[in-house]
Amino acid sequence: MKIALTAQGPHWDSAMDPRFGRTPYILIYDEDTDELTAIDNRAVDNEAHGAGPLTARKLLDAAPQVLITGNGPGGNAAAVVATAEIAIYVGAGNMTAKEAYAAYKDGKLEKM
Amino acid sequence: MKIAIASGKGGTGKTTVAVNLASYLAETRPVVLVDLDVEEPNSGLFLGAEATDGRDTFKMIPAWESTTCSHCGQCQEVCNFHAIIALPDQVMIFPELCHSCYACSELCPTSSLPMQPVKMGRMSWLSAGNLSFVESRLDIGQEQAVPLIKQTLAFVDERHAAVPIRIYDCPPGTSCPVIEATREADFVVLVTEPTPFGLNDLKLAVETMRHLDKKFGVVVNRQGLGDDRVEAYCAAEGIPLLARIPNDRRIAESYARGQRIYEHFPVVRRQLAAIMDAIKEAAS
Ligand code: SF4
Ligand code: SF4
Repeated sequence: MKIALTAQGPHWDSAMDPRFGRTPYILIYDEDTDELTAIDNRAVDNEAHGAGPLTARKLLDAAPQVLITGNGPGGNAAAVVATAEIAIYVGAGNMTAKEAYAAYKDGKLEKM
Repeated sequence: MKIAIASGKGGTGKTTVAVNLASYLAETRPVVLVDLDVEEPNSGLFLGAEATDGRDTFKMIPAWESTTCSHCGQCQEVCNFHAIIALPDQVMIFPELCHSCYACSELCPTSSLPMQPVKMGRMSWLSAGNLSFVESRLDIGQEQAVPLIKQTLAFVDERHAAVPIRIYDCPPGTSCPVIEATREADFVVLVTEPTPFGLNDLKLAVETMRHLDKKFGVVVNRQGLGDDRVEAYCAAEGIPLLARIPNDRRIAESYARGQRIYEHFPVVRRQLAAIMDAIKEAAS
């Protein structure tokens, strides 16, 4: 399975970003190969509007099965994410990426 | 001359100042009052007049034709506003992000994005003697204040080209709608209350106006309600304090009844005169 996480940095120890649309990085963890890759999303900072759909589009390109984030995508971003079958887990806004993944594995995160 | 009446937040008495200033000026010359607070226009309410003439306003948005689309993804690439997203099997359009630039529509190789009018609100107007009034109201659920404000200003420029004074009652806050509403203004009047919250929002509004390189001044409404930190701030920043409208229950009541307060309170009339004198001096 491929797991996506919204994070403030590109590493496992990076803090999660509770926001979806304006997250600086999307981490993609491939459970089969045990590989962690980071999608740089910092460019959305320059966008006054439309960050949500843009980030959602990047997420869809990575084609994960699971998204772990803080507040969950809203509005336009939610509409784009909903076109793909991605299970969304929220409430990981105050953890590191590593902790968030562990919490997901332990069934401690709420499914949207 | 175009005078925009704005404030860092709602409920400071911005509309009171706009309505009274416009009516006061109309005693001696033609004036047009334009309510650009399109999410909650209420100048008309306090003007005691209901605009009866009007027309619907529209915005052009691409509509996606699924049958002809070749899913090439070019529309997403060309849109500077991320208002259109090409997914593998569908194209999604976000009307509130769309700036009606036609780029996607013109570029689409299969002509699958014809532009179509979408109603966004309604503009209404009336004229009574020297005073003309124009207001625009966004439809419920519509979020695009900016294009409606643009259209309203263009309408006023055309219909009231000869009117020497235009008063714009702007949306509250410091975001895109206010920037659009004050864009053409020769002078911006920032209305605030002498409270810590008032001061905080005033500072944000001042920053915005400085950024836009606008001439502006401050009117303190409900003077006596709080402290004098707003005045101290203006003095320290070199911002002209145009007028102070006293915190007086009778003034508030008079206004709530839809009366023009300067007609009943000479102190307000003097303050309005002071505002105009200060603006004329600053704008000349
Ligand atoms: S540009 Fe036209 S054909 Fe290409 S994806 Fe967009 S709508 Fe479809
Ligand atoms: S008309 Fe312009 S702003 Fe609107 S979706 Fe097309 S390219 Fe984007």
